[in-house]
Amino acid sequence: MSAARAAESLLALSQQEELEDLPKDYPLSPSEDEGDIDEERKHQKLLEAISSLDGKNRCKLAERSEASLKVSEFNVTSEGSGEKLVLSDLLRPVKTSSSLAAVKKQLNRVKSKKTVELPLNKEEVEQIHREVAFNKTSQALSKWDAVVLKNRQAEQLVFPLNKEQSAFAPIEHVLSSWKARTPLEQEIFNLLHKNKQPVTDPLLTPVEKASLKAMSLEEAKMRRAELQRARALQSYYEARARREKKIKSKKYHKVLKKGKAKRALKEFEKLQKDNPTAALEELEKIEKARMMERMSLKHQNSGKWAKSKAIMAKYDLEARQAMQEQLARNKELTQKLQVASESEEEEGGVEEEGELLVPESVNEIQMDADGPNPWMLRNHSISTKEAEIKYPVQLPEPVAHETSGSEGEERPGAEEEILLNEFEERRSLRKKSGPNQDTEPVSRQEPKDSSSQEVLSELRVLSQKLNKENQSGKQKLSSARTVRAVQRKDPTEEEEEPLLLQRPERAQTVNELEELGKEGCFQNKDVPRSVLEGQKLERSTNNEPGAPKEKKKKEQMIDLQNLLTTKSPSVKSLAVPTTIEELEDEEERDQKQMIKEAFAGDDVIRDFLKEKREAVEASKPKDVDLTLPGWGEWGGVGLKPSAKKRRRFLIKTPEGPPRKDKNLPNVIINEKRNIHAAAHQVRKTETLCCLALLLGRNILVLYGTGASLSIYPPSAI
Amino acid sequence: MKVKMLSRNPDNYVRETKLDLQIVPRNYDPTLHPFEVPREYVRALNATKLERVFAKPFLASLDGHRDGVNCLAKHPKSLATVLSGACDGEVRIWNLTKRKCIRTIQAHEGFVRGICTRFCGTSFFTVGDDKTVKQWKMDGPGYGEEEEPLHTILGKTVYTGIDHHWKEAVFATCGQQVDIWDEQRTSPVCSMTWGLDSISSVKFNPIETFLLGSCASDRNIVLYDMRQATPLKKVILDMRTNTICWNPMEAFIFTAANEDYNLYTFDMRALDTPVMVHMDHVSAVLDVDYSPTGKEFVSASFDKSIRIFPLDKSRSREVYHTKRMQHVICVKWTSDSKYIMCGSDEMNIRLWKANASEKLGVLTSREKAANDYNQKLKEKFQHHPQIKRIARHRHLPKSIYSQIQEQRIMKEARRRKEVNRLKHSKPGSVSIVSEKKKHVVAVVK
Repeated sequence: MSAARAAESLLALSQQEELEDLPKDYPLSPSEDEGDIDEERKHQKLLEAISSLDGKNRCKLAERSEASLKVSEFNVTSEGSGEKLVLSDLLRPVKTSSSLAAVKKQLNRVKSKKTVELPLNKEEVEQIHREVAFNKTSQALSKWDAVVLKNRQAEQLVFPLNKEQSAFAPIEHVLSSWKARTPLEQEIFNLLHKNKQPVTDPLLTPVEKASLKAMSLEEAKMRRAELQRARALQSYYEARARREKKIKSKKYHKVLKKGKAKRALKEFEKLQKDNPTAALEELEKIEKARMMERMSLKHQNSGKWAKSKAIMAKYDLEARQAMQEQLARNKELTQKLQVASESEEEEGGVEEEGELLVPESVNEIQMDADGPNPWMLRNHSISTKEAEIKYPVQLPEPVAHETSGSEGEERPGAEEEILLNEFEERRSLRKKSGPNQDTEPVSRQEPKDSSSQEVLSELRVLSQKLNKENQSGKQKLSSARTVRAVQRKDPTEEEEEPLLLQRPERAQTVNELEELGKEGCFQNKDVPRSVLEGQKLERSTNNEPGAPKEKKKKEQMIDLQNLLTTKSPSVKSLAVPTTIEELEDEEERDQKQMIKEAFAGDDVIRDFLKEKREAVEASKPKDVDLTLPGWGEWGGVGLKPSAKKRRRFLIKTPEGPPRKDKNLPNVIINEKRNIHAAAHQVRKTETLCCLALLLGRNILVLYGTGASLSIYPPSAI
Repeated sequence: MKVKMLSRNPDNYVRETKLDLQIVPRNYDPTLHPFEVPREYVRALNATKLERVFAKPFLASLDGHRDGVNCLAKHPKSLATVLSGACDGEVRIWNLTKRKCIRTIQAHEGFVRGICTRFCGTSFFTVGDDKTVKQWKMDGPGYGEEEEPLHTILGKTVYTGIDHHWKEAVFATCGQQVDIWDEQRTSPVCSMTWGLDSISSVKFNPIETFLLGSCASDRNIVLYDMRQATPLKKVILDMRTNTICWNPMEAFIFTAANEDYNLYTFDMRALDTPVMVHMDHVSAVLDVDYSPTGKEFVSASFDKSIRIFPLDKSRSREVYHTKRMQHVICVKWTSDSKYIMCGSDEMNIRLWKANASEKLGVLTSREKAANDYNQKLKEKFQHHPQIKRIARHRHLPKSIYSQIQEQRIMKEARRRKEVNRLKHSKPGSVSIVSEKKKHVVAVVK
């Protein structure tokens, strides 16, 4: 047994060895028929060696011809090469059963689902995270934009920006923990409580609080101003009433009374319509007044006047009539008739009216009362007057109003109304003054003269055309010019001039600094050369379109005035054929149209001409007038020295040489450049860079306050 | 009865106290004073001259360190206290009013790389070449106590910088990576890294306090978000950035001090173009610090000078130097915005006025008024050539001056070459790159 086992094991070993020798796809053979197979194997090997000669390692299909127990894993092959083995196929030979169907279904479902994509690269994931985080934070940061912008644009920042208000803690907060313990303290507290003295929260009594609440400082100021005004008005009306009372003319008083009676009646009627209850009250008042009148002895024909009239009545018709009237009046009064009597108003009328008027004006709050200072008040009124004059659109005849008001002091009647109206108008004006200021310039603008505009536009077109011709000749230069333009642009855009002028020399004393300053104005060393070149170029390019040389002479012949008044003949050269001319005309028209559209709002040329006229005027030498008013004759305000004298002392300056730009319509040449002044003047290039600065700040605005101007003499600083 | 009579407002002719000057009535009609503007011009000129005469910015030198001063820190609560760390590992605390050192600590072996104070001002942190982070009490040890740090954290790598959070008990260190630490723990809460090079400085944003900026020696500036624990963006410049500083008033603005002699102010939302390139230094810029107003910043350079730049200008408005001051390594602008401190190679800390000609001490109201008036005048006439020339004049040591000249020539040559290339190439084939874009190599998302 043991020997057989050993043999078996040996066999197995040899077999293994053989197996190791064999190529992997070699069919396994049973150990029994070794002898036959040996040859076969050798043959096979040979075949294989031959087949492997051509380089391609063919995959041989292993065939299983016989059933065997051992199946090598190496020999499992896919038989029907080409088609894939599907799981469901494997299940097919088995009988279909319900449980397997479920499995199949599951498998199908799994198959139908798409495969999950590969997870992204770690770096990519990180990048996405970073991007998301960056977007988030930059959004979070943009909430500061408004604050930052505000701070940057602020004229002035005072640090710390949000200063904490040092609040005084009320004493009750400080002492909140403290409590009355000793009997004495308790007694005191009891007393305080009894007297309603606040102990804990507010330190003020309710009355004090109310009074505090009632009026703030501004309110109080306003109120005071109002009161002052009211008092002034009152005194004014009182004075007037007194004056009127003193007037002896009976006719005047009669007329006044009649007028008042009429007015009262009218008012009453109106009141009846509008407000019956008020009318009733008024009626009662009237009735009472009538009763008073009846009680008095007036109109009883017992007066001095009545007696004399009674005597006169015999002879005089007029007196009789007056008598009759008086009697009628008497009857009227003694009858119980509800008619307003006038005589009551005879005395109290004026004053009553005053009283009525004063409070009315007081009620109208003057919004910008300046406080108690009467001088300020006066200023204020003056300013309002000015305002009135300024806005003629709002007030058709403010000046007339003003004068009528001042004249009207002597005149009775409508004067108060005028005054009141004035006040009201002023107030409304003040309210409207904001928008009014905006509208003013528009209203001042003159309507444009269309014909002159046309002429001007033609002029414009002409110059445009000339430019075009010039440009065609200079196209070669254009590329170079662009380069230069870039050159010019570059340094100004990116590298600003250094803020400091650094030098190895020290300047410590004032004298040295002075020299520095003088040197600075003539020195251009530190400015990079390129910038200078750029400047030159700029100048030349600016000149190019402005004054084309070929046409200059022709243009010189054309007078500016002629250009403006007469239609300029289009400049035609004989060499150009007519067809082209027509084309050009069309182009011209188009151009004209375009320019008209572009400059619809503002007339550039007219502005320029105006500017030039002003410049010419300014540069003209002025006559020197040496007349001394009051020398040898009467002097004073409104007196002019005689013409003879003026003629005698007027020194006429000789007319200077003609201006260089006399015949150049679109050029202003300033001939009065002062070199000495130029050293102190802001340079052109600098004005360009800081134009906004200079525009914002007028050089003529003085910064010294009144005190500093008067206190410090120029030598002190 | 109202009586009309001539009367005047006493306000116009009576002075308030007898100490006041007599009030002189004056007609302000401009036609009566035709020389008012010229007079103001002369005043402005004089004011400008006097400003230059009185421009003596150097205040004091604090000496005591036995090696170059490597880092400075301000005390958050006390204006008079300044901390400095030197290259020999020594940390000194100074009193500025007395101009004396009040405490000396041997904090590290080797350099003190970074120092920062806690926001409450009770303690401060230092990092050094000995791979440690140490927290120290601001007050000195009591009698008989030994000078010992509150905490010491031993790290694995060298830390090159440290900054403390502005509100929380968190600080950040940098070295091989940016670490965020909780004060209570000995290991970092999180560490963020992007790239492999060593990071030279890290700074917390003072407004949006979760934001961090750092600059590494591979020429980039990286922004981090502490809350999300990720880097945000990276911008790569021409050369290495030494430090950055956040604007204390504008949350998204920071300025980077670069090795290529320039400073770059960035808006962190648009890193592809710096908002402004500040150029005036003639050697590497080593440190930068903002004024608390956020309108200006000061930069320290290897060229032995410090310069003050307005935020919106590319050129400096002021340059400070002294004969003895060597390479300036660190600079700080004090919290009251009045002084500047700089620590340099030759072991001194120098104190400068931020405004060179400012008068120190209490000013009377009249002095103040005159000062304001002069200021306004100078501003008004600043563009007039004489005034401008005087106001711009600065003295420079010869070395810097000649270097400036040299660099101007170099720059001009480069520019000329560029222009020539543009001129002689096909139009459109060569484009001019603006100065701002020239220095940014790339922005990495």
